[in-house]
Amino acid sequence: MTVLQVIFLITAVVTLGGAVLVVTVRNLIHAALWLILTLFGVAVMYGLLSATFFTVIQVVIYIGAIAILMIFAIMLTRRVKQEAGSSVNKGWWLAGLMSLVLFTALVWMFSTWSGFQTTLPVMPANVDMVKVLGTALVSPNGYVIPFEIASVLLLAALIGAVVVAWERKS
Amino acid sequence: MLNDWIFIGIFLLLAPIFPALALLIPRLIAPRKPNPLKTETYECGIETYGETWVQFKVQYYIFALVFLIFDIEIVFLFPWAVAFDQLSMFAVLEGVLFIMILVAGLFYIWRKGVLEWV
Repeated sequence: MTVLQVIFLITAVVTLGGAVLVVTVRNLIHAALWLILTLFGVAVMYGLLSATFFTVIQVVIYIGAIAILMIFAIMLTRRVKQEAGSSVNKGWWLAGLMSLVLFTALVWMFSTWSGFQTTLPVMPANVDMVKVLGTALVSPNGYVIPFEIASVLLLAALIGAVVVAWERKS
Repeated sequence: MLNDWIFIGIFLLLAPIFPALALLIPRLIAPRKPNPLKTETYECGIETYGETWVQFKVQYYIFALVFLIFDIEIVFLFPWAVAFDQLSMFAVLEGVLFIMILVAGLFYIWRKGVLEWV
């Protein structure tokens, strides 16, 4: 086994373990913290695939923003600490069985699909993909209009969020 | 390419060692004579009451919302910043325009009083 495979296995175990804890842990704040670990595991996966940009996005958006938003949502929810009974019911084994069947079917379908066998094109080593993306985003022949529209969209989201959520102090 | 990741891996391995050492060294060299009164939890010198898991009202949730928007802005600015040294003047100004549009939003919420601490 290569070092990369060992790192992949450790990451996979941590990611899946964290994901299981997210749904089984009773304390919602703890669940949010486990979710952060899971998202970090996914970020490491992107890193292992040399997807630099996705790694950065995963850390900045998912760990930085989504996790914070989730913790705030938990803090703002009323009666969040009230015991609401067990999180599993009598039919849990049926749901587990169905998930297993679905998972096996998906794996089987993907393994017989021809696209599954294609090897990844090897990136030229001296090309920084983030740099290519950055140049394309602002070049007039590239995506400059969507880039600027994204800014306007974010402005609309910002103003919309403030209009909806901000209560003027009386 | 992979060597860049090794640095991050080394940081990930080294980072937990520092707080662990800070906790471990006092445990080894500090005198420990605990008694029930010493180990009791206290809060600003007075005895605690009620549960420790309290849900306080997060009045600054609006900051989280605003942060979210500027966090997404980073997604677009990050590749722009990485490619900064190869960009033409026009492309740099495009990025500046992007920021300016969002600065207008910042001024809007500033005037609205959102940035004032409650």
